[in-house]
Amino acid sequence: MSAAYGSHIKTPAAAGEAGNSARLVRAPARAADLLLRGVHVLDPRTGLDGARDVLVRDGEIAQIAAAGSIRSPTDVEVVDGDGRHLFPAFVDPHVHLRTPGQEHKEDLETGTRSAAAGGYCAIVGMPNTSPTIDSAPILGALLDAAAREARVPVGFMAAITRGLHGSELTEMAELRALGAAGFTDDGRPVVDAGVFRRALQYQRLAGGVLALHEEDPSLSGRGAMHEGAISTELGVAGIPSVSESVMIARDCALAEWEDARIHIQHLSARESVDVIRTAKARGVQVTCEASPHHLTMTDEDVRGLDTRRKMNPPLRGEPDRQALIEGLRDGTIDCIATDHAPHARDEKEVPFEQAPMGTTGLETAFAACHTDLVVPGHLPLALVVEKLTSGLGLIGLLVPTIATGEPANLVLVDLAAEWVVGESGYESRSENCCFAGRTLQGRVLLTVADGAVAYRERSIMLSAA
Amino acid sequence: MRHLLSIADLTRDDIERILDRAAAFAEVSDRDIKKVPALRGRTVLNLFYEASTRTRSSFELAAKRLSADVVNFAASGSSVEKGESLKDTVLTLTAHSPDAIVIRSPYAGAANLVAGWTTAAIVNAGDGKHEHPTQALLDVYTLRQKLGSLQGRNIWIVGDVAHSRVARSNILAFRMMGADVTVCGPPTLIPRGIEAFGCEVRYDLGDLRDADVVYALRMQNERMDEAFVPSLREYAANYQINGRRLGPRQVLMHPGPVNRGVELSGEVVDSPQAVITMQVKAGVVVRMAVLYEVLAGARDARPAPRPAEPQLA
Repeated sequence: MSAAYGSHIKTPAAAGEAGNSARLVRAPARAADLLLRGVHVLDPRTGLDGARDVLVRDGEIAQIAAAGSIRSPTDVEVVDGDGRHLFPAFVDPHVHLRTPGQEHKEDLETGTRSAAAGGYCAIVGMPNTSPTIDSAPILGALLDAAAREARVPVGFMAAITRGLHGSELTEMAELRALGAAGFTDDGRPVVDAGVFRRALQYQRLAGGVLALHEEDPSLSGRGAMHEGAISTELGVAGIPSVSESVMIARDCALAEWEDARIHIQHLSARESVDVIRTAKARGVQVTCEASPHHLTMTDEDVRGLDTRRKMNPPLRGEPDRQALIEGLRDGTIDCIATDHAPHARDEKEVPFEQAPMGTTGLETAFAACHTDLVVPGHLPLALVVEKLTSGLGLIGLLVPTIATGEPANLVLVDLAAEWVVGESGYESRSENCCFAGRTLQGRVLLTVADGAVAYRERSIMLSAA
Repeated sequence: MRHLLSIADLTRDDIERILDRAAAFAEVSDRDIKKVPALRGRTVLNLFYEASTRTRSSFELAAKRLSADVVNFAASGSSVEKGESLKDTVLTLTAHSPDAIVIRSPYAGAANLVAGWTTAAIVNAGDGKHEHPTQALLDVYTLRQKLGSLQGRNIWIVGDVAHSRVARSNILAFRMMGADVTVCGPPTLIPRGIEAFGCEVRYDLGDLRDADVVYALRMQNERMDEAFVPSLREYAANYQINGRRLGPRQVLMHPGPVNRGVELSGEVVDSPQAVITMQVKAGVVVRMAVLYEVLAGARDARPAPRPAEPQLA
């Protein structure tokens, strides 16, 4: 495997997408030789669902056979899979790595370590850094740094507009040629419809999906949480659900008009799910994501004004949460993305209205979804795994698969293990996790990313033969 | 009671106990020597992050009449202007071992937050648009004096409900004391879901005559800049409490300071129905009772301070 660029990673060119050169990059790592013995393999795409031995040689899945049938070669580490599950490792098209410029919140090493601990084999960072990732030199420098520091493969989206100011397009073709995973002004909407339309048109040249943070700033105002009975009770200005859904409706209409490809980030409202369902039925090339926190928490959880639960879009009402779950079930929502957004402790240790928006999420995504969606029976495990592993396929980057000959992108999970979030700290540099203090069920034990062991929980070392 | 953070934390019994004690303190304010030694040797720190004349001086008087030492800390002219965070300010001031901190902040939840950072008793003197619990207590005190009981009384709160911490605390307190509450104002200033407080919502004053008490809120000029209403003239035309609208047996309240000619006409401010100066006077005795309550009232039952690490903000 190439030292700088994970050669195992297949980047299938998305149909109709010009110049797909999106890159995932990570630091050199030793290719894994592992035998996962008697593990329950679940790959929703291949349909594999049962106990198997899985042999990884030199970072590739070399053999998948009946449990107990593979004799361990002498030079592999044997992991007891009994009572444990093996999934394709997760991927996340939406994280904030805060580099360059805000390394006190997160850097490439801590962010990708956090991802590995959450079972992720690849993530995509957002460009709202300081400076913004809006030019080739900045993106190039970041990819170079990732080739030294990233523990799991990482890609980067570049900005749609320079400085995220919403007025001038970035040099999208050059950025794409250098490896931008797509384009987004995440953290802000592209307010000017004319500018956005030009970005959609320019996609024909540059390629790359346009990933959209949707809200109308004139409707969001100074809102700090979901507008409803609870914001009224707390006296905190609200962000109405329609602030999101009207922009999604606008952008779906524009994408349809220009026959362009868009991806809607972090859906939060019932109205938004309805808009996208309708757009998809019309044939608009739109995909979308929902975050674990929007799928598992509501504005009721904001009552204590804990700033870790302040994020944008805000936690909404129970009907919104139910609509998101239904959206996953019926396919309207394509993937689960964390919007991992680290902030330093002192930045969050202020009154709620003053606090920056965002929660970390990489280390809790699977456990939160498992605990609140799978265990109570709202969604099947296979569906949650599928949605946690599909986010990079949507942008033509990577679909981790458990099959012979594939690069090893694997996560080993103990579904029964309970743990208290934050009790033994975080791998992320920041600790602003909205699930802090909650007992979650389902623990990541081992992550193999692009053929290399990226994370192992302590107990796994002990049981290795 | 360890802190007074919000009306929502209180029971009807709590309110009655505090107001009964306020009534006992009222006699002190009428003496020539307006002082009792109830809190001698205690230190009360006023920490005000917003301009306030009446609330701050009312707390200061209340503390002094109970013989406590008072330190005023205003945000302007202090380390806050030099960029110190709320937490650092509170930790610094806590090093002086205050027994109580009275805090006003432009942000909801600030008083709760501070309660986790200090061993002092915290009294919320207004947190953003969330609550202003001592205002509600003094308003209930005033109405008890005027009407005897609030049970079954019909109270209209008129004006900018959306941006009013007074409205939130008062709706809760009036409801708790058995009153029926109606809020009335321009639709742009009535927040979504306010009915969850158990009050009725009206957008015009047509049925104002049903009210026993009319509580007018202050209309802030900055709301004009944000275009919540087209003009003060139109606001006054629709929502001003004036001699034509106010009945002779209705009680008129206002948290002050009054914009004469906007939410109230000059004639009703000066009318016998208005109890605005009674409210101000009640402010001191009720705050005496509140300080006594948190510093001496439940002294034996006071729990240990919260652990050093609060919720992460």
